[in-house]
Amino acid sequence: MKWLDLPVIGARPLDEFVYGGEHRPAPASDADAAAVAAHVFHRSGGARRLREWWYHEPTGRWYVVDRDTYQDRVERVVPLEEVAVGLPDA
Amino acid sequence: MSWTLLKQGLSGGEHAPRFFPEAGPLAPHYDVVVIGGGGHGLACAYYLAREHGIRRVAVLEQGYLGGGNTARNTTIVRSNYLTPEGVRFYDTSVRMFRTLSEELDINLFYSERGHYTLAHSDEAMRIMRWRAEVNRHLGVDSRLADRDEIAEAVPGIDLDCGGRHPVHGALFHGPGAVVRHDAVAWGYARAAAAHGVEIHQQTRVTGLRTAGGRITGVVTDRGAIACGAVVSAVAGSTPAITDMLGLDTPIEIYPLQACVTEPVKPFLDTIVVSGSLHVYVSQSARGELVMGAAVDPAVLHATRSTFGFVEGLADRLLDLLPRVGRLRVLRQWAGMADMTPDFAPIMGTTPVDGFHLDAGWGTWGFKATPVSGWTMAATVAAGRNHALITPFGLDRFGAFALVGEKGAASVGH
Repeated sequence: MKWLDLPVIGARPLDEFVYGGEHRPAPASDADAAAVAAHVFHRSGGARRLREWWYHEPTGRWYVVDRDTYQDRVERVVPLEEVAVGLPDA
Repeated sequence: MSWTLLKQGLSGGEHAPRFFPEAGPLAPHYDVVVIGGGGHGLACAYYLAREHGIRRVAVLEQGYLGGGNTARNTTIVRSNYLTPEGVRFYDTSVRMFRTLSEELDINLFYSERGHYTLAHSDEAMRIMRWRAEVNRHLGVDSRLADRDEIAEAVPGIDLDCGGRHPVHGALFHGPGAVVRHDAVAWGYARAAAAHGVEIHQQTRVTGLRTAGGRITGVVTDRGAIACGAVVSAVAGSTPAITDMLGLDTPIEIYPLQACVTEPVKPFLDTIVVSGSLHVYVSQSARGELVMGAAVDPAVLHATRSTFGFVEGLADRLLDLLPRVGRLRVLRQWAGMADMTPDFAPIMGTTPVDGFHLDAGWGTWGFKATPVSGWTMAATVAAGRNHALITPFGLDRFGAFALVGEKGAASVGH
């Protein structure tokens, strides 16, 4: 994968992006230490389809994509509304 | 034509002695099944048989022996780590490597070169001093080196790195060595087989069986096996194994690439590492420059190579060693590195009884081959973690007790 084709900014070379790692929903604010540790450290290391963050540096935009990590191919750009959450206990 | 030559030509080489015995069918039961026929797995099987008298051991390898990260690293062995836990562990490995050729009866070309980790900033010098002090406290030969010493030790180096990243000094580590990595796997395999260990190549693990929280067997594409204990030493395939048990780990797979140039006359007899320039380089006994950089920027379960890697590496290497600009790259390759958040391995017992992890070896695993095999074998035999590996347990993440080794990774990742 040498390019990322994303809404608004179009297809951009991979060099312009910073990888943000796996998208993992945050635990509830009253979660116990084990749940917090699991959130902070554990990852879906074997997942074929990984939901992950990518940051486009020149435009300062964050994106969430579903990527096939075996074929290195973006399967779907996830609309941010789909993953957005309110602040815990807001 | 002489009679001897004619006879040799007609009889062929089929009856020549084999390096390893040919594997037969899988037995229905083994005491220990080691998943992964790389250096770590084979070393573990060897020590299980030799030191603990456990002879019913099978090593299962989905590809061929030592064809994974054992064959894909840049062969550097060192113990100049940052944490006392890490220094003790890797120093044991260095000491084991020194006598390993004799023990395994195979020439590993173990070659102590000295190892310079360059510092390009005051912050980096501070970490180098820290590492030197920790190392010396534990009896490991590391010290700071100034620019003059580096200039003398590394012919052709541009200490100002093109004016962009001037070298302030370096951490010098005397025991830093290179070793013929394939031979480490072959030597352990032959020695393990001589002690009765069965090595099954082209045998892929497709499932793990448990009963009452205890491992009871392994399912392979050649049939199921019952066993008392399992050791998983599969580096980049670790998540595939732990997912079979529903075991969560922090491991993420990133490709790590490396390359070699065409061979030239020997000119570089030390190992040079620069964290800021993301490059490490040594010259092999054949004369090739063996070079690597940081892991790729994103998770990937594949061993593809990229042009971007060679381009970036060449760009930075030219700042450091302008003279090598005329060398051509001969080969490049990649391995799948099982990275952990604290750059330390994940070893020992797990919440599943009888299932042992030797994983999280990221970009730092080859140098630990002897000590990891030795401590994992002791752990399996005793049913509890060997003292050297207790800091590296999977449970350290839940306890927020990390072993921060990122400062001792050869290049910033």
